[in-house]
Amino acid sequence: MKKEIKFLCNNEIKEISVKPGTPLLDVIRNDLRLTGTKEGCKEGDCGACTVIIGELNGDDIIYKTINSCLFPVAEIAGKHLVTIEGIQKEQLTKVQELFLEEGASQCGFCTPGFIVSITGHLLSGAEVETSTLTDSVAGNICRCTGHISIKRVIERFSDWAETKINEDENRINELIRLSLIPEYFAGVKEELIKMSSGVVGIRKQTKGTTKVAGGTDIYVQQSEGVTDYVLEILNENIPEQKIEIADGSLKISGLTTMSEIENSKMISETFPAIKEYLKYFGSRQIRNRATAGGNIRNASPIGDFSNILLALGAKLEITSSTKTREIELENFFISYKTVDCAEDETINKIIIQLPGPDFKMNFEKVSKREYLDIASVNSALFAIMNNNKINKVRISAGGVAPIPLYLKQTSAELKNKEINPETIKKAASVAMEEISPISDARGSKEYKRLLLRQLIYLHFIKLFPNDIRAEELI
Amino acid sequence: MINNDTINHVRGISIFADDYREPSGTLHAAVFYSSIAAGEIQRVDYGEAIKSEGVVRILTYKDIPGENQIGSIIKDEPLFAERYVHYIGQPIALIVAKSRHLAIKARKKIEIRYIPSEVITDPREAFKKGSLIAPPRVFACGDTIKGFEESDVVIEGRVDSGGQEHLYIETQGALAIPLEGDNLRVISSTQGPTAVQRAIANVLGIGMHKIEVEAVRLGGGFGGKEDQATVWGVLSALAAYTLKTAVKVILPRGDDVKITGKRHPYSSDYKIGLSKDGIIKSYEVTFYQNSGAAADLSTAVLDRTLFHSTNSYFIPNVKATGIACKTNLVPNTAFRGFGGPQGMFVIESAIYKAAEKLKIPPHVIQEKNLISDGKSFPYGQIMINSTAEKCFSGLKQIVDLEAIKSETEKFNQQEGYKRRGFAIMPICFGISFTNTMLNQAASLVNIYTDGTVAVSTAAVEMGQGVYMKIRQVVARIFSIDISKVKTESTSTKTVANTSPTAASVGFDMNGKATEIASLEIKKRLTTFICDLFEVKEESVDFKDENILIGKEIKMTWKELISKAYVNRVSLCAQAHYATPGISFDPGINKGNPFAYYSFGSAMIEAEVDCLKGTYSVESVNIIHDFGESLNPLIDMGQAEGALMQGIGWMTMEEILFNAKGILLTNALSTYKVPDINYTPRKINIKFLENSPNIKGVMNSKAIGEPPLMYGIAVYFAILNAIKSFRNCVPEIITSPLTPERVLKYLYPSEMI
Repeated sequence: MKKEIKFLCNNEIKEISVKPGTPLLDVIRNDLRLTGTKEGCKEGDCGACTVIIGELNGDDIIYKTINSCLFPVAEIAGKHLVTIEGIQKEQLTKVQELFLEEGASQCGFCTPGFIVSITGHLLSGAEVETSTLTDSVAGNICRCTGHISIKRVIERFSDWAETKINEDENRINELIRLSLIPEYFAGVKEELIKMSSGVVGIRKQTKGTTKVAGGTDIYVQQSEGVTDYVLEILNENIPEQKIEIADGSLKISGLTTMSEIENSKMISETFPAIKEYLKYFGSRQIRNRATAGGNIRNASPIGDFSNILLALGAKLEITSSTKTREIELENFFISYKTVDCAEDETINKIIIQLPGPDFKMNFEKVSKREYLDIASVNSALFAIMNNNKINKVRISAGGVAPIPLYLKQTSAELKNKEINPETIKKAASVAMEEISPISDARGSKEYKRLLLRQLIYLHFIKLFPNDIRAEELI
Repeated sequence: MINNDTINHVRGISIFADDYREPSGTLHAAVFYSSIAAGEIQRVDYGEAIKSEGVVRILTYKDIPGENQIGSIIKDEPLFAERYVHYIGQPIALIVAKSRHLAIKARKKIEIRYIPSEVITDPREAFKKGSLIAPPRVFACGDTIKGFEESDVVIEGRVDSGGQEHLYIETQGALAIPLEGDNLRVISSTQGPTAVQRAIANVLGIGMHKIEVEAVRLGGGFGGKEDQATVWGVLSALAAYTLKTAVKVILPRGDDVKITGKRHPYSSDYKIGLSKDGIIKSYEVTFYQNSGAAADLSTAVLDRTLFHSTNSYFIPNVKATGIACKTNLVPNTAFRGFGGPQGMFVIESAIYKAAEKLKIPPHVIQEKNLISDGKSFPYGQIMINSTAEKCFSGLKQIVDLEAIKSETEKFNQQEGYKRRGFAIMPICFGISFTNTMLNQAASLVNIYTDGTVAVSTAAVEMGQGVYMKIRQVVARIFSIDISKVKTESTSTKTVANTSPTAASVGFDMNGKATEIASLEIKKRLTTFICDLFEVKEESVDFKDENILIGKEIKMTWKELISKAYVNRVSLCAQAHYATPGISFDPGINKGNPFAYYSFGSAMIEAEVDCLKGTYSVESVNIIHDFGESLNPLIDMGQAEGALMQGIGWMTMEEILFNAKGILLTNALSTYKVPDINYTPRKINIKFLENSPNIKGVMNSKAIGEPPLMYGIAVYFAILNAIKSFRNCVPEIITSPLTPERVLKYLYPSEMI
């Protein structure tokens, strides 16, 4: 079932006939024969296949980096695909020049991915400073340099950009002026508008389909299989409508990406800590695609976002063509990868009741590598105090049960208690009764038990530094 | 000087094996491999697979015209399993289809039944059961028993070190193209084109002269493509030869991780004796190497473990025993350091434990025992030009040890759960293949009539910058601009009988061969100039693309070449280089195997979160002897990259097999390597000054592997941080030191 797909590939309009579920990477390398984009792992863990996707959003083009190995080609229709070949100018760009000067490219295989990630970051309009630039390549792995010289590139580029990039100027014009992208970018918007009238819609498929939101899990699990699936692509592009506050609740569309959550003003005003936690969820490329609903529906026992939502007491609004219902998130997870969600249903909204200003929350995650890794154990705590007593509390834990776990008894144990070492130790021991970890590549079950205890301790040590000191617990 | 290869890298236009524009009609293949670690194949049914969409042919051992054998050192590795399988990932068949996607789809339709047999994954168990790759090897000097008697303290213990996945970002692969007759051209992502050529000839039963193997450039090798690239080259060649069509084999990452060998895990026992002031008197060590199911390069790796079992130290009485244990894991292979790191980790662990007992800092023991000129290693090579002491004292100059000690103590006295520790690691790494035969290389230098130059050597470019350095040699000798010099891809057609690019000597040997060939041409040109201008050789000078007689410019480089050609002067030269002065007798394990040694010292500081068991690298200070670096930018990059690979090996990089021999860390989602956020907060690598290496090319020194072993310091830095929190040292020193292991060491009684 091949489909005609039309899009702007770098500076050229392309029309290809291809199975809609084919990973974009395969199309780039095999059909378009653009070999600068590399296959490194085909599971979003190395960044060698990073490309930039631009799409119209009102009067703007939104550019973001993605892992092309996890992206169904169908979704490229009507968009601007930018590969390493599409950011070449006669002269090297400043980013490329610095890679040369610092010796930050050795074998050269991962290099295009790094250049694209950084250029994509610039195109995204995000702040340009050392920390954000570092974050933009946190999903790119270089095995030769150990990233030390790449870090120097970023530091030098950040210094250079500070004097050159003016936050107020139109970013595309500015990047062209600074020779960081080729001139053709100036005409891309017009091309996309022209094309949008003629784009063949393959958004909604009919029955017998596999639903794909961000695709960042299904393409990892079934890379070769997805190509042949009939996909129902759920993605939509209306970021400003995805998150709203209504009826005293924060409502997040199931299709909201992690990056959109990160950048949401509403979320940073209501739960400012979440933005910080998100740095440890996947990479920039993954967060640009992974959705809140996907994270929940996927039901991975160590899903980071599910974990936070469990602590926040979130509810889900689930819809099908015939009805809409609500369910507490903690009741949504039934057993390993089994959820209370029929095949024709999707997670429409995630609803979090606004707690008022005086709440405390903390999220902890431990993995072999701090960034872009799957947790051995994660845990979140949400609490509201009444003087020195815990009025309301919810603790969650991931990686210790077949499902993302709301620690019901532990939370009950803590209610109305004063914060002191005995209370916390007691709560941790209750938690030990609630969990059933297994041994796997992320750690032995004994380790996961001890680690959860430590993370519960850490919640209190961090949130109540005046009441609790580490020495009193360990 | 900037490596001008990187101009193409940053533009994304460098060509790797899978980027090579394949001929139309090229077929793609996927490997069908054993899914059990040991057993007998009872029945394989290819019926459904062969009918699967796009499948052209399925090849098995029955289709091999020559010998079903690809073992390089020991002939113990069939290309395809026939009746028995010995590890998960052992190739059984090759599915050739119209695309890789279709080949992989068909693979799922193959039905296979086995009669499983007992699986051994542990090297000590293999040893007990007599399952060995080769007889044990012993390197010894002095009298260890007497040495222990003379010691004030004697300590025994066990050290286990984990494996390591190479994780070259470009997976293994090859493209074979049939040429006229039964000739073949194979583009292979290999560090050893000749090894691939030889194995193909053997499997196809045809002459080596019919097979041309070319390595364009590699997206990382790290030893993983020294021996283990061969099988993919042979498979693609077998298919292309059989089907008379170009065939490409590119491994998906999942296959690559599962079915290619890794760094050898070791389990070792040591016994060390010292005087009370820290002089090492005697050392015994037994290495149980987990070789996997076939020899591969294991015996050579084990030898280097024995060569480096005493690291940078002079120890008068040593007995080091190495046992290559055959298990049912994928055959392990070369990995940067080639057994050296495993040997050094044991002696450093022994010193650490001894320091505990003697209540002196480990660095005091390290410094007191550094090898100096005139002393010898257990295999008899007498040290000359040691810079071990210079580097160690140099390190103490760039880091104020006392200040760091007191700062660390102050930090650790604070409340809370963060602790810091530091450790020092001196290194000494022998440069040369320990198999003397391999220490030869060749170079072909061609000057074209416009004055541009192309060089072919045996060196494979895999990110280490060897092509750039070779171009620099040529440019320097002729005094021409680097842009006039090109390095050709590495092919058995231009340079025959090549040693693999490995052992850090790729540039040393091929650079020397290039130097010899270039000087040969320069000599001819000089003679020509002398005749032309009737002057003596001494007055001729090549400078900035001009030919000078005395101080007068007589003509340009380009004019010279043009005139020389017209006058029928040969503008091409081929040269062979054999590293002089080395020899080793493997019968008695004595000799002078190394041309010279590489030295340096590092200090690493780490911070541990003693609640979570996580850690970060706070600082790295290194003073390394680079010789007179030909390209400091490249050499620095090698040092940094090797360091981080060493740190990764010691910390987060964990390979886990279960008892059935199934790899649990089988993807990048479960096998983690250092990323940009894991880089040390501060890093300072200094070049040892005034240290020309007369054995190297233009006084330079090999750099590829040695700095990896600096990473060992991070292990002991973390242990020291743990110690300041818990005041305990683990009984068995085990790497990698994952956050899990750190937590276990911090809370030994609570992880139940």
